[in-house]
Amino acid sequence: MTINKDLVAASSTPLVLAILAEGDSYGYAILRRVRELSGGELEWTDGMLYPVLHRLERSGLVESRWEEAESGRRRKYYRVTRAGREQLAEERRQWRTVDEALRRIWSALSECARTHGSLVFTPAEPSS
Amino acid sequence: MKPEHPEARAADSLETQVDAWRAHLRRSRAITDADVAELEDHLREQIASLDAQGLSADEAFLVAVKRMGAIDALTREFAREHSDRLWKQLVLSGDGMGGGAEASGTHGSPRTWVALALAVAAGAAIKVPALFGVAFDPDQSLFYPLNIGFFTLPFIAAYFAWERPLPARSRAWLAAAFGLAAVLVNAFPFSLSPGDEPDTVVLTMLHLPIALWLAVGVAYVGGRWRGSEKRMDFIRFTGELFIYFVLIGLGGGVLIGLTFALFGAIGLDVEPLVQSWILPCGIAGATVVATWLVEAKQSVIENMAPVLARTFIPLFALVLLAFVVTMAATGRGIDVEREILIAVDLLLVVVFGLLLYSISARDPLAPPGLFDWLQLTLVGTALVVDVLALWAIGARISDFGFTPNRIAALGMNVVLLVNLAGSAVRYARFLRGGGGFTRLWNWQMSYLYVLAGWAAVVAFLFPPLFGFR
Repeated sequence: MTINKDLVAASSTPLVLAILAEGDSYGYAILRRVRELSGGELEWTDGMLYPVLHRLERSGLVESRWEEAESGRRRKYYRVTRAGREQLAEERRQWRTVDEALRRIWSALSECARTHGSLVFTPAEPSS
Repeated sequence: MKPEHPEARAADSLETQVDAWRAHLRRSRAITDADVAELEDHLREQIASLDAQGLSADEAFLVAVKRMGAIDALTREFAREHSDRLWKQLVLSGDGMGGGAEASGTHGSPRTWVALALAVAAGAAIKVPALFGVAFDPDQSLFYPLNIGFFTLPFIAAYFAWERPLPARSRAWLAAAFGLAAVLVNAFPFSLSPGDEPDTVVLTMLHLPIALWLAVGVAYVGGRWRGSEKRMDFIRFTGELFIYFVLIGLGGGVLIGLTFALFGAIGLDVEPLVQSWILPCGIAGATVVATWLVEAKQSVIENMAPVLARTFIPLFALVLLAFVVTMAATGRGIDVEREILIAVDLLLVVVFGLLLYSISARDPLAPPGLFDWLQLTLVGTALVVDVLALWAIGARISDFGFTPNRIAALGMNVVLLVNLAGSAVRYARFLRGGGGFTRLWNWQMSYLYVLAGWAAVVAFLFPPLFGFR
């Protein structure tokens, strides 16, 4: 299953913010976590994460610092800011609303299929 | 599945591959070195993880690069996020320009402070004569118009003398040249009161800065005046300086206008303040600031003067061509009036400038193109117009009399005529495939001596020759 591009883009902000809310992290680890969370279904092109991180940084939702990794390379770590946490809470409310609306309509649809299933699959009896 | 060659070789080839990938990313201006470092860290982490899963170094590299995404798409994404980076920025504060490695020379560097100090010094120096009661207003005294070069150009020269290591001997020569010129010009027994000023004062006023500009050039090239490449750099610098100065002047005009309006609104007349402080100090300071700006942005922003020259060359060529054709078709002759010589001189100056700045941006090794023909047309028609005008004047020049003004204008005309004729010949030879473009280049660069020499003759020799009339 490939997930729609718009959906990937829309979910990137809450996902990244939430992962960073778990603890400071860096690009590669964030992507690994995304894969883990989605069971490998949510595939981002690796490089595209960085413009997202930079956008979040510029809008003050995350901040970054360079640190020496255990490998000896310099690594850029990101950390969510207070504004980022507020944004995350807001995103969470919005996604919950969307999620609840979708859940309701899904269950309504299945309900519909169950009750009218016979109508759909067997020809209606002539009224006369 | 591991390749047979030793680990070292594999690691080596991996490094070269990563290097190539990195170099590819760097080509985009939207991606800074810090971004490349961040992406590289990611790539290496990915490679290490794939390596641990048993892939060879080559395979791991390929998979990692593929997962990173196509470089084009990546740079596009970065460019969308950091669109500001696509504009080359010359900022006076912050951590450099455009995020490149050329961040030196901006805020905090000693250059900035020296330039600012010199600008302040120039602004202060221009006020020194005012202490002795000399008015800046040219309607009251011609002292400032005559001496304006001495309050600005030495400071530009001083900046270069400090910035390039100028040999002590050259420094001494420069100081002597400026000093001598200042003493000489001010020792001339001119009348400096406006209204009855002699012609020779005005001539000196106009020609002195041109002659002194050569001294600035010596400082600019760090005393190494030989080699036409260095001199061409100075010409480029001159064009950019002029443009920056005009731009700063426009900004200054807005500032002064607003000052008038604001203080006028509370019933205060600031004209005396503007006349005696803001204007002189602003002009003196702006020249140094413009110099520093040109130097700082040299490698960051494309030169404007050649762009303007290239924009206007076709238009001027068209107008001149139309003029010559109309003259031939209607049989109208040039009306010989007193100002005709000045007008033709101005035309030659403009054409000379267009040619010079167009040459300054042309790759000397490029083959002849359509634009070169256009340029030759421009020079050719300008020469025709000039010769026609001289012809018309020639008959009546004795009627007008040989005033200093007329001789200076005629001399300027001859100097430029010879220059353009020489350029046209070399250009034509180049277009026909005989002789390289550098000949034209060298001709122009050697001619700078003639121009400065003529300006010096008019500025320093005309007044005594004509008895300071």
